[in-house]
Amino acid sequence: MNIKTDALVIGAGPVGLFSVFELGIMGLKAHVVDNLDKIGGQCIELYPDKPIYDIPALPKCTGESLINNLLEQIKPFKTEFHLGERVQSINKNNNNWVVETNLGKKFETPNIIIAGGVGSFEPRKIPLEGVEKFDNTNLFYAVRNKEIFKNQSICIFGGGDSALDWAVDLSNICKKIYLVHRRDDFRAAQHTVSQMNEISKTGKIEVLTSFQPKELIGEKLIEKVRITNSNSNEDKLLKVDSVLAFFGLKMELGPIAEWGLNLDKKNIKVNAENFETNEKGIFAIGDICLYPGKLKLILSGFHEAALCAKSCFNRARPDEKYVFRFTTSSSEIQKRLGVKNDNK
Amino acid sequence: MPKVTYIEASGKKHEIQVDVGLSIMEGAVQNSVPGIDADCGGSCACATCHVYVDEQWTEKVPEITDAEKDMLDFAFEPKKNSRLSCQLILEDSHDGIVVNLPSKQG
Ligand SMILES: Cc1cc2nc3c(=O)[nH]c(=O)nc-3n(C[C@H](O)[C@H](O)[C@H](O)COP(=O)(O)OP(=O)(O)OC[C@H]3O[C@@H](n4cnc5c(N)ncnc54)[C@H](O)[C@@H]3O)c2cc1C
Ligand code: FES
Repeated sequence: MNIKTDALVIGAGPVGLFSVFELGIMGLKAHVVDNLDKIGGQCIELYPDKPIYDIPALPKCTGESLINNLLEQIKPFKTEFHLGERVQSINKNNNNWVVETNLGKKFETPNIIIAGGVGSFEPRKIPLEGVEKFDNTNLFYAVRNKEIFKNQSICIFGGGDSALDWAVDLSNICKKIYLVHRRDDFRAAQHTVSQMNEISKTGKIEVLTSFQPKELIGEKLIEKVRITNSNSNEDKLLKVDSVLAFFGLKMELGPIAEWGLNLDKKNIKVNAENFETNEKGIFAIGDICLYPGKLKLILSGFHEAALCAKSCFNRARPDEKYVFRFTTSSSEIQKRLGVKNDNK
Repeated sequence: MPKVTYIEASGKKHEIQVDVGLSIMEGAVQNSVPGIDADCGGSCACATCHVYVDEQWTEKVPEITDAEKDMLDFAFEPKKNSRLSCQLILEDSHDGIVVNLPSKQG
């Protein structure tokens, strides 16, 4: 069954969130899909604690506080978020678009708003040629079901929180864990590093620093991993049942690149009047869009969200006339926001 | 204006005059040198501006910070002379600097 909605917002970054607000005050309902398992886009994924100084009328906030405020602002609209799902394909159905996610969920809508930033955050693959053939076998970039590692010998690559947290956690059920990291320092929380060092005394975890992956060996499954010491160039061969790699996230335009939209490198070309792409009813706003003079700033994305929402209204409510209103004085908007007007 | 030589993995050279105060990343992006993506726009948050600094210059560029070391873990095939070019701000003394580009970013 298709989920019918006035607009589908792709990307739960700051700009996608604000577009939900602009749609909401016009009485339009939106659903939001994001590939990440959390809301906030770059602000949360890349710099939750860092300060931002150029949000109009907010002298200082952080990535995290900005997102929290946006969530507070759109609360009245009770928006549904579909997290951990990537938007995959689109098809036309008369004046509507049918959008499908990688999990097979389908949306039918007159308006698609792509607020996809620099693309969806995807795990970075092991930097070796040909490793894709082990995807979905015994090479993992995330742990979904830890039971499969029971009694296994596994190799974990990485030196951050994910790598170390899992090394410590899985040491309870694995036979042996090799933790391989490029250098001697770890990026993870100090107490996790100490915990890991403590467990390594028992031999359950073997910490191999200054080593990098060189080759994954095996036919269908990885059987051995060859690693190489970056100081001595000496190789080491590890016999493993599974490999887990935590090389952080990278951003990829992914399936959106296949939708027939006018692209310029990783950006989608739009007109600067309503931020529509070359396809009617598909809009692109925020970091992902490109037009003469575009600035990749949050405030520019907010402006784009407001203008694009107006065109979404015309497509979602072809029989109604768009009326420009101030939030200060429109009782209709205030009703939608669930506020009582105290000024009267 | 310091001259920067960018050498692609294929061996192709680009010699470019870059303003003092700009980063080696910005010098590449503004002059359409291929091979530096710079997804995060220079905020040391993406590791897609990875370069190998020519051995003769490794001592002369700004010292590496912990944040950059952390980010470099995510670069494709990092080596001893790996740096994130958005963190390499050019000074007059860098005239003639040479950086090699990796075969791919991230
Ligand atoms: C370190 C740093 C500091 C910054 N400082 C500032 C600053 O001070 N001021 C400022 O204005 N800007 C700043 N920026 C830039 C600002 O963060 C971006 O302009 C802003 O995040 C763009 O918002 P967005 O909503 O367009 O995209 P994003 O925040 O990138 O969010 C896009 C979301 O879309 C999702 N997505 C993409 N494709 C798909 C798909 N196919 N399916 C499902 N989901 C998908 C992604 O997973 C992501 O969560 C900074 C950026 C960085 C990295
Ligand atoms: S441009 Fe992203 S880390 Fe340098």
